[in-house]
Amino acid sequence: MIYLDSAATSYHKPKQVAEAVYEAMLHMGNSGRSGHEISLTSSRTIFGARKKLAALFGMDDPAQVAFTSNSTQSLNIAISGLFGKGDHVITTAMEHNSVLRPLYREETEGMELTVIPCDEKGTVRYDMLEEAVRPNTKGIVCTHASNLTGNVVDIRRIGRFCRERGILFVVDASQTAGVFPLDMEEMCIDVLCFTGHKSLLGPQGTGGLCVRKGLEIPSFCVGGSGVQSYSRTHPSQMPTRLEAGTLNGHGIAGLSASLDWIQETGLAAIRKREQQRMRRFYEGVCEIPQVKVYGDFTAAERAPIVALNIGENPSEEVCDALAVRYGIATRGGAHCAPLMHEQLGTVSQGAVRFSFCYFTTEEEVEKAIQAVKEIAEEWT
Amino acid sequence: MRPKELCFLVAFHTTTEALALEDAARAAGVSGRLIPIPTQITAGCGLAWRMPISEKESMLRLLLECRLRYEDVYELTI
Repeated sequence: MIYLDSAATSYHKPKQVAEAVYEAMLHMGNSGRSGHEISLTSSRTIFGARKKLAALFGMDDPAQVAFTSNSTQSLNIAISGLFGKGDHVITTAMEHNSVLRPLYREETEGMELTVIPCDEKGTVRYDMLEEAVRPNTKGIVCTHASNLTGNVVDIRRIGRFCRERGILFVVDASQTAGVFPLDMEEMCIDVLCFTGHKSLLGPQGTGGLCVRKGLEIPSFCVGGSGVQSYSRTHPSQMPTRLEAGTLNGHGIAGLSASLDWIQETGLAAIRKREQQRMRRFYEGVCEIPQVKVYGDFTAAERAPIVALNIGENPSEEVCDALAVRYGIATRGGAHCAPLMHEQLGTVSQGAVRFSFCYFTTEEEVEKAIQAVKEIAEEWT
Repeated sequence: MRPKELCFLVAFHTTTEALALEDAARAAGVSGRLIPIPTQITAGCGLAWRMPISEKESMLRLLLECRLRYEDVYELTI
């Protein structure tokens, strides 16, 4: 199977990741629950992962990194904790449902929401930001890169825009963490939400949010913490404030190993190879007459995603043919980004998404191009 | 009864604070280890850093220099 669905989850992971999970399952207890070595091993592993993530995201305090199960949970914690009735929040049409649905839920409770549209290439209309701001605008929530088109958002620009106006900036880094440089301080990011299983190459069920020091997000879930047991309220200190119950220590051990691999390999090297694979595939398919590619390929950098359709063929049928006839794993249909599909006019057809990773070979890319050519010729 | 000795202890709000102190102590060569927090300090669960009373000054310096967060310090015979 040629795996070109990395935007959904990383399938090829450094072998150290699985090894670390296996070792953790053999040797790790429950973090923070006792002082014996089996518990401490877990505590140290988790703390080590916090330190690596803080370094990766330009934070000086590992305690500001709270672990969750995934980006969706992180975004729910941030959005429901920071915004509510009477607040106005701005987002974009590029967003995944993990941003949109928590915002829509707050909207039904009295929060005001503005969605900034995109142009025909799926790029956010930065020029519309200023006019969207209201006296009660409390935050902007946006993705770093579209999971559908791969277009990258200039978050440094939006971060500066927010900081100058005293607006909170929440970033969904699901498609970029581990590949693109992310510096919370420099990019004026207040909350960075990430998942561990995509470009961070860790296990599913890992993720988290990094919170700017001084910003207090209320506890989303309360309960076991390993500390302050007789208090009727959950501890207020980070990261325990946003973590309740036993953490996914085994998964976090795997994530810690993948962070080591990313550090050793280097973001620039990872990004360069992914960009090469993505660009080559784009060049190979964009000239096929029946193929329509979505997104802005004139941008200097973009997430390693190419979304396309072949004529009027339903995207899920193309996706199925790629899998069954060519052994190529892609994603078809809708991509949890309803507004992006509306903007691109692909609500009914969906799109076939090819997403690449560091481990994608040149040969695999050529085979995928050939497969698209053959389906396009046959299904016209 | 187990023989008791006077110790210096650091208690924490969170496990993360405890681990940060362990890191800093190891790096600075300050002795001690993490133990289950004694019930004399708090009836809750959690960890404390336990060290010989002779190391008290080194620890107080470390707490300041590394700007480590902690809940409180104690001298306790345990």
